[in-house]
Amino acid sequence: MEPMNSQTNNTAPEVTQHYKVAFSFRRFARNYSAQLGILGVFVTLWIIFIASAPNTFLSPQIYSAFMSSIPFFAIMAIPLTIVVVAKEMDLSFPSIMAMGMVAFSFTYNGTAFIGNTTIRVFLAIIAALLAGSIIGWINGIIIVKFGIPSLVVTIGTQFFWRGAVLVLTSGTNFPIEYIKETIFYPMFVGKIGGFLPMQMVWLVVITILGWVMLNRHRFGAHIYLTGDNINSAELMGVNTGRTRIQAFMLVGIISAFAGLLYSFYIAYFWPSLGSGYLLNTLASVFLGGTSVFGGTGTILGTFLGAFIIGAIEAATVAIGLTGFWTQLIYGFIIVLSVIMHTYLRKRGE
Amino acid sequence: MEYRLELRNVSKSFGEVKALENINFQLGQNEIVGLLGDNGAGKSTLIKIITGYYQPTSGEIYFNGRKVEHLSVPKARELGVETVYQERALAEMQTLWRNIFLGRELCNAMGFLDIQRMRDETHRLMTQSMGFTSHAVSPDSRVGKYSGGEKQGVAIVRALFFEAEIIVLDEPTMGLSLKESAKLVNFVKGIKEAGKSAIFIDHNIFHVYNVADRVVVIDRGSVAGEFLTKSISVTELMEKMVRVAETGSFD
Repeated sequence: MEPMNSQTNNTAPEVTQHYKVAFSFRRFARNYSAQLGILGVFVTLWIIFIASAPNTFLSPQIYSAFMSSIPFFAIMAIPLTIVVVAKEMDLSFPSIMAMGMVAFSFTYNGTAFIGNTTIRVFLAIIAALLAGSIIGWINGIIIVKFGIPSLVVTIGTQFFWRGAVLVLTSGTNFPIEYIKETIFYPMFVGKIGGFLPMQMVWLVVITILGWVMLNRHRFGAHIYLTGDNINSAELMGVNTGRTRIQAFMLVGIISAFAGLLYSFYIAYFWPSLGSGYLLNTLASVFLGGTSVFGGTGTILGTFLGAFIIGAIEAATVAIGLTGFWTQLIYGFIIVLSVIMHTYLRKRGE
Repeated sequence: MEYRLELRNVSKSFGEVKALENINFQLGQNEIVGLLGDNGAGKSTLIKIITGYYQPTSGEIYFNGRKVEHLSVPKARELGVETVYQERALAEMQTLWRNIFLGRELCNAMGFLDIQRMRDETHRLMTQSMGFTSHAVSPDSRVGKYSGGEKQGVAIVRALFFEAEIIVLDEPTMGLSLKESAKLVNFVKGIKEAGKSAIFIDHNIFHVYNVADRVVVIDRGSVAGEFLTKSISVTELMEKMVRVAETGSFD
C-alpha cells in the first residue's frame, strides 16, 4: 500500500518479555461489547424464529436459501463498513453494481472476434471489476480533493451512474445465458454438494479479507484513525486522503463483484440491478454496530447484521404474519439495535 | 557547528492573510529554544511548518545544514522531529497502543501490523517512562477515558519513543494541573540532559524562562527579537513582551 519506512529509524530496544494479561471475562465483554451485543440479538432472534416456526427454521433448506440470497448485499456491506468507520458514506454502490455489468456486457459483446467464450467472459469480468474500482476512485477523488461530504457526492454519483446505465443500455435487458458454459458460473454461483452456494463462500472470503484489512493491516489502522479524529491523524502524518480514496475503491470493486454474482445467478442483466439493495446493505452496517460518527465498527457485526436483515423477511412469513409486517419488524429491530449499540459504547468509554 | 534546524526567510500566507513574514530561526544542537508571543502571533503556524504540516509559501528549511524540499509530516518524523501538539493529536476512541504508534505503526513489508510488539512497547513505555500505575491505563484501554495529564503523557511519551532529535512542544501545559505542569517542566529539562534539542511554546513565561537556553519572541508574524535567558531577567523579559505586544517594538 505504501512504502515501508516507518520503522527504519525506530531504534526501540526489543522487549524480551511479552505484555500479557490474564483473561478476564469483564475485560473481554468490555472490549468486544459491540460484537457480543449483536451476537446476542442474532441468537435471540434465531431462538424466537425457531420457537415460533420450528418447521421452517429447523429444516436445512431455509439456511440454504439464506446463504443463496443474503451474500448479494452482504458482501457490499463489508467494504461499506470500512467506509463508515472512516466517517464517510457511500450511497452509490447499487449503481456501481449495474455499471459493472454494463462494462461486462459491452466487453463481452465487443470481443466477439475472440471466439472462446471463457476468455471473453474472463475479460468481461476484469472489465466489470475495473469499472467498479474506477467509479470508486472517482467518488474518492471528488470527496477528498474538493472536500465535499461523501453523503452528498454519492447521492449525486448514484444518480449519475444509474443514468449512465440507462443511457448506455437504452433501458434494455441483456440475457447472459452464455456464462453458463464457462467455469465462472459454478465458481461464482454454483452449489457445493447441492447445499452450500458459492456466493456464500465468496461472502466468507470477503468477510475474512475485510477483517484482516481493518484489524491487522496498516490500511485499517489508518481507517480507524481517520474516522476517529481526522485532524490528529493528519498532524501525525497519516495520509487520510489516500486512505479514504482506497476505501471508496474497495466499495467500488466489491459492488461490481456483487453485480456479477447476482447477474450470474439469474443469468440475466437488468439495468435496474442493485436498486433494491441500498437500504438492506446500509441497515446491515448500522445493525452491526458501526457508528455513523466514525472511528468504531466491526466486520463481524456487519456480517451478523446482514443475516438478521436477510432472515427477517422469511421469518415474518414463516411465523404466519403477512408480508405487510416485514418492514415494521425491520424498523423495530434496527432501531432497538442501534439504541443498544449506543448504550454499549457509552458504557465502554 | 551547524544548526540542528534552520529556517531562512520563511513566509506563510493563507490566502490574503500573511501569517508569517521572513522568519529566520535557528535551533542549535542540544539547545532548548522557547517561542514566545501573543495569541495569533504565528507561533503555531511556525511549528506546523517545522513539523511539515504546512508548507511554507516561500523560504528554505535546513536540517543539520542540509536543505530539505517539500517537507511533509512523515518526512519530518523521519528527520527526527516529534511533536507534542497543543491539540494533543490523539484518537480518543482508539486504544493506547494505537495512539502511541499513530501514523507510524510497526508493520512488516506487506503492511501487516505487529500488534504484539506494539502492545509490548506500549506496556514498557507506560511503566518505565510514563510512570502510569493506574489500572485504567493499559495498552488496550481507550485514550478517551484518560485525565488531561494522562493524555498529555501519552502525547509526550509518543514523541520520546521514536528517538526524536528535535522535540516540539506546543502549549504542553495547557489544561494541566500545577503538579502535572511541574512534571512537564522537568521532562523538558530531561530532553536537554539527553543531548537533544527542543522548541518549547507556552503561555506561561515562567515555564519557558526556566527551561529555555534562548527565547525567540514572535510578534505579528515576524521575529521581534531573541534573548539568551542567562543574560536577561524574567522581569525584564516580561516588560519587553508587554511592550512589544502594545507597540510592536522592544524599546
